Amino acid sequence: MTTISPPPAEVLEARKSLTQGQLPPWAQWSMVSACLVVGLLIGLTTGFSTALALVLGAVAALVVVPAVSWGVEGVRRAKDRLATLLVTLAFVLALLPLLSLLSTVVDRGRHRFDWKFLTDDMNRVVGEGGGAYHAIIGTLEITAAATIISVPIGVMCAVYLVEYGRGWLARSITLLVDVMTGIPSIVAGLFAFAFFSIFFGSGIRFGIGGAVALSLLMIPVVVRSVEEMLKLVPNELREASYALGVAKWLTVIRVVLRTAAAGIATGVTIAIARVIGETAPLLVIAGMATRTNYDLFDGRMTTLPVYIFNSNANPGARAEFGLERAWAAALTLVLIVLLLNLIARVISRVFALPTR
Amino acid sequence: MSKRIEASDLDIYYGKFRAVEQVNMTIEPRTVTALIGPSGCGKSTYLRSLNRMHEVIPGAYVEGKVVMDGEDLYGPGVDPVVVRRHIGMVFQRPNPFPTMSIYDNVIAGVKLNGGRLRKAALDEMVENTLRGANLWEEVKDRLGRPGSSLSGGQQQRLCIARAIATKPAVLLMDEPCSALDPISTLAIEDLMQQLKNDFTIVIVTHNMQQAARVSDKTGFFNIAGTGKPGKLIEFDDTSIIFGNPKEKATEDYVSGRFG
Repeated sequence: MTTISPPPAEVLEARKSLTQGQLPPWAQWSMVSACLVVGLLIGLTTGFSTALALVLGAVAALVVVPAVSWGVEGVRRAKDRLATLLVTLAFVLALLPLLSLLSTVVDRGRHRFDWKFLTDDMNRVVGEGGGAYHAIIGTLEITAAATIISVPIGVMCAVYLVEYGRGWLARSITLLVDVMTGIPSIVAGLFAFAFFSIFFGSGIRFGIGGAVALSLLMIPVVVRSVEEMLKLVPNELREASYALGVAKWLTVIRVVLRTAAAGIATGVTIAIARVIGETAPLLVIAGMATRTNYDLFDGRMTTLPVYIFNSNANPGARAEFGLERAWAAALTLVLIVLLLNLIARVISRVFALPTR
Repeated sequence: MSKRIEASDLDIYYGKFRAVEQVNMTIEPRTVTALIGPSGCGKSTYLRSLNRMHEVIPGAYVEGKVVMDGEDLYGPGVDPVVVRRHIGMVFQRPNPFPTMSIYDNVIAGVKLNGGRLRKAALDEMVENTLRGANLWEEVKDRLGRPGSSLSGGQQQRLCIARAIATKPAVLLMDEPCSALDPISTLAIEDLMQQLKNDFTIVIVTHNMQQAARVSDKTGFFNIAGTGKPGKLIEFDDTSIIFGNPKEKATEDYVSGRFG
């Protein structure tokens, strides 16, 4: 009979308590703050820029916190804390440009973001005043038309790829969609311009051409996101439907698309947000106008990005007014995208799967 | 309503792979037929070939005949969608439609096919079907709630209700109790005893006590080895399969001396 010798004394000592060897909960973040403050102080005394000093403080925290933790808690917790700090740092780095952009747009855009700006166009405006009404109308109409063109095509293409497509045709469509994702937007604009020039002569400019150009950019995004959403629908639901004697096309429409509806709504919003800020293709095919044009099929149309571009490039005799209008238009565009996202959230809430 | 199914010389393929070979079996109306056998022996594949669900999988096909009341299910011009309206199916994992309420799940077969019935007729159908599935008392106050709000056993009975609401002649059940606790299992076994008055029931199960409890006839499937096709070894009255089987392999399997 063998006897199991008891573990040595130091091992028993180390196992004494389940809670020993822990830093208190506040330790990590107070160490990080301390590093940042020290970095700032050194920065202030030696005359570094504040941003550089903060970066130095953050790097110091990346060293100090894991080192202290290694000493007290052991290597596993030290790694955990290092990873936590790295992820937090990445998050802050990613957020900084966004916050800076938003605050700049709001700060500079608010001077002219008034009722007159939202309801006036640029007809016969050279200096002060004027507005972006024509550009807002142009953006909404062209984007809506692009959505109406690309959503049915994109959804049907995704349905084909997920539910029906087999073999080389499906593979080549997937490849083409991937290639389309990479089309530079100016090329899409030139395509629409060349295409409509065949029928209407060169020099054609109208809103629907812009919508066609935008839908070239939108379709691959819609296809991709809808495809992913359809793949998420469990096969069991399709089989349950088939087993009830429901034909395949009805199953696709009433079970698969319905189950994926919330995700499809989100995907479409992302696609809209992707194209609503496009400038180059619209400059080529939709052109510029100072007057409000409601007709997609006749005459030049301005959109907000083109308006921003133009107000910045040709601000007019008194440049400050043009620049103010450009910033206000940028703010308008950001707000429209924000509003679209809110609408998409409501839509996907409506279509979401009930849980209780 | 209940109908007889005869499978003869049935070979079932996944692409080039022959998964099940040479099944000959007559499934009598108003009985419960149980299919037992080790995992991967082809009993679920065989079950799915009885209502042409097998061919939903890309590359899968069947050779041989499955005759239901004189009509070959795999004959030329037979629409698999119509076959599935005559032969319903319940799956291993409860799969109520997550977008639909309990009420809508029961009438899914009618609704998804675009059928229109008056509200009163639908109400009556929902109540009768849910009573038939022993679920009415538990859910009658919350028919508008999503099907996914029910417990696993209730969901499975909802799926049975959904299957029998389309008034099929045959009900196929693919391990309907393997995801359920003993109490829910008992509820579904009781239900099967009631349902067999109106339907032909075929059930695949891994639980031999269950096969012995609920079935009138039992088929034992086995497989010679990995990559070989599964075969129907023996098909007879349940009492014979579990009491005095003719084949050595069957006896080994039902007495637990398998493998």
